[in-house]
Amino acid sequence: MTLSWTVGEPIQDTKAPSGPIEERWDTRRFQAKLVNPANKRKMTVIVVGTGLAGGSAAATLGELGYKVKSFCYQDSPRRAHSIAAQGGINAAKNYRGDGDSVYRLFYDTVKGGDFRARESNVYRLAQVSVNIIDQAVAQGVPFAREYGGLLDTRSFGGAQVSRTFYARGQTGQQLLLGAYQALERQIAAGTVEMHTRHEMLELIVSGGRARGVVIRDLATGEIETHLADAVVLATGGYGNVFFLSTNAKGCNTSAIWRAHRKGAMFANPCYTQIHPTCIPVSGEYQSKLTLMSESLRNDGRVWVPLKKGDDRTPADIPEDERDYYLERIYPAFGNLVPRDIASRAAKNVCDEGRGVGPGGLGVYLDFADAIGRLGRDAVEAKYGNLFEMYERITGENPYETPMRIYPAVHYTMGGLWVDYDLQSTIPGLFVIGEANFSDHGANRLGASALMQGLADGYFVLPTTIGDYLAGSKGFGDVDQADVEAAQAAVTSKIEKLLAVDGTRTADSFHRELGRLMWDYCGMERTDASLRKALERIPELREEFWNNVKVPGDGEGLNQALERAGRVADFFDLAELMCLDALHRTESCGGHFRAESQDEDGEALRDDEHFAYVAAWEWGEDGPILHKEQLEYEYVKMTQRSYK
Amino acid sequence: MSERATSTGKAGMNLTLKIWRQNGAADRGQMVTYQVDDVSPDMSFLEMLDVLNERLTLEGADPVAFDHDCREGICGMCGMVINGVAHGEQRATTTCQLHMRHFRDGDTITIEPWRAAPFPVVKDLVVDRSAFDRIIQAGGFISVPAGSAPDAHAVPVPKADADAAFDAATCIGCGACVAACPNGSASLFTAAKITHLGLLPQGQPERASRAKAMVEQMDAEGFGGCTNTGECTAVCPKGIPLDAIARMNADYLKTAGK
Repeated sequence: MTLSWTVGEPIQDTKAPSGPIEERWDTRRFQAKLVNPANKRKMTVIVVGTGLAGGSAAATLGELGYKVKSFCYQDSPRRAHSIAAQGGINAAKNYRGDGDSVYRLFYDTVKGGDFRARESNVYRLAQVSVNIIDQAVAQGVPFAREYGGLLDTRSFGGAQVSRTFYARGQTGQQLLLGAYQALERQIAAGTVEMHTRHEMLELIVSGGRARGVVIRDLATGEIETHLADAVVLATGGYGNVFFLSTNAKGCNTSAIWRAHRKGAMFANPCYTQIHPTCIPVSGEYQSKLTLMSESLRNDGRVWVPLKKGDDRTPADIPEDERDYYLERIYPAFGNLVPRDIASRAAKNVCDEGRGVGPGGLGVYLDFADAIGRLGRDAVEAKYGNLFEMYERITGENPYETPMRIYPAVHYTMGGLWVDYDLQSTIPGLFVIGEANFSDHGANRLGASALMQGLADGYFVLPTTIGDYLAGSKGFGDVDQADVEAAQAAVTSKIEKLLAVDGTRTADSFHRELGRLMWDYCGMERTDASLRKALERIPELREEFWNNVKVPGDGEGLNQALERAGRVADFFDLAELMCLDALHRTESCGGHFRAESQDEDGEALRDDEHFAYVAAWEWGEDGPILHKEQLEYEYVKMTQRSYK
Repeated sequence: MSERATSTGKAGMNLTLKIWRQNGAADRGQMVTYQVDDVSPDMSFLEMLDVLNERLTLEGADPVAFDHDCREGICGMCGMVINGVAHGEQRATTTCQLHMRHFRDGDTITIEPWRAAPFPVVKDLVVDRSAFDRIIQAGGFISVPAGSAPDAHAVPVPKADADAAFDAATCIGCGACVAACPNGSASLFTAAKITHLGLLPQGQPERASRAKAMVEQMDAEGFGGCTNTGECTAVCPKGIPLDAIARMNADYLKTAGK
């Protein structure tokens, strides 16, 4: 093996208050020191990323009176990829009176995360969820409503209560526009200084604290330095390490990876979520994958032919020659089993040679029964926009022929390690939203990403960052040598990329890396596959640095240069993901180790040895593993069963 | 199966592209012709441009700059005028969702950026749409600081109003409406936000001041006036209806003289 690692000191204190779980967040809020309003004006906070977490955080910090500098790589903060979330947002409102409660949402999230999340954080998330809905409605987010004028909810992704608020299939868009509008309001008020088409390329750490960022102005190519009293990273997940994913093309790991290299621990990098209902790959040129909301599984039935290699059209396959495998294997939950289970089941039937469509990498999602039962109009009212999107991409009409779907990388539960205050292991560096590791454990439940992003940004961070800033009494001047070193690192990387002048594009390397990760560190991982990946990644990285071709120069807009820089960081992250996956010899949530399964092929956890968060510290001689032991005082650890 | 091409039904197409190349706002710019062969009908339009750019990169040429991000029709970042139509001829579709099965072997396709004075070209097909953000800054929000909201069920909203507000709220801010308008007007974009917030009870306190401020900002940015040609709604990927503009005008007129 090429990458060696060592075990360091365990993480003892996560800063979560003790006492009854219901009171912990109140306790923390009361204990948090406050910043005098006159002093807030003198404190600068940098927020990188403008999705649900970053947009809501920047807006809220501006409302509180801090001097905020906000950055995004897109041309407007409204473009951040939160905008693409379709299904909905969970909240323990119990407006339906169907038995939901803060405790039940907490319980479901801990269990859904396969007992690899921190209880204190998850409970707070469930508590705050109700405030998010209030906030969004007051901002004018047009959630779906009933005829009586009250909010509609639906059951989502395996939940047995109806707690998901939604805005047709565009919930992420509407929530993001709410946060974006709040952010624009603060920009107009002068509390937030917005920098669009600006990408963070390095973190400035000085005196042991995060004090700023080095940024490239993507339109002019200029390298800028911005200093602050605290830095917040809200830069999203790293699913694009697989090249093909449901992430936007620009999503990348560079901000959190640079922070990791500067001392922030990276937790559970191997926890990736593979979403079961995406449109399958159609050819070699494929640039991204498109998700079809899993709300479709509420009415669609998943099946493949019983026989291997059955190439008849779906209409020609009679009912008794179809295998509705989710309903067969999981009679209690049927088509609504959680994402990781549905994904792996699809992979298994395709591996058996029963997949459909190009390359046999697809399964049917069939609405014929739903159309028969509810009528075409009712199905159209519920899913019309999704059916249209499917037809636009595939050229097939899902009202007449079943959809073809296949799992795709969708979300990364891992991310920078944070304590209860959402602060990383670098003082003054806070990490929110998908960029951190907290709350979802080894598997995220549907409609919980929007909840976490907004909980962090509107409610948690604005309180906890105040405690950090109030304690500071001014951090003093930033050491110029630290600034210059960070700038030099950025400049030399750009020069190096441009100087190679090889014979392969950055995209071709990214595709190869992605394929390798999908094959060896994807839905199913084995000791052998991971060792192979760990051997192959450094070779490919070396070829990249010797043979990549980046056209043009560092001046002005150069999209190929942007991509090459991101790919370079993906190589390093990919290695840590495989190492994390290799060391965790149990299966849990989205991490399935083929060696650890029960007699029915279900994921088998090993609580005795692995009930911990794996927080990796960067080290010159290889990563250092710090374990944060997870304690379950409230939710008893059980093996998940959806049968 | 429909008669439309699929990967198995139609071989690769050979296309001629005439693409606008412009190296920065100061450059005059010109159309440049490229040949792209063996294009799969299942490719998206942007994937077809990816293929061209990969080739240009290896040839040592400058790839074509274009904005894009989500590639699923919702972020609003992509946008180009294809054969004279913003986002191309397929209705209610963003450029990233346009697929090559709508073209034929041997076609010549012209590709240009949004053209409007308030959207200066950054490079090639990339334009600066920050004027849209400034219109939102002027009043496209409801003033409600985090933590100050009442319970979500405190104010019921009639379903019809909520649905109509939603229809207007689906605007993705791509700018196709401006590119298509003979006057370069941003009325549909501005009206969509005024309509979304003005239809909801939460939006009433600031309704008049919002319309006034947003319309004035729109004018200050240099967008043209609306003469009801309806080109905007015809190219809008989200089908924002034209009557939003009538609502905007009504709200704005109520503030006249105030």
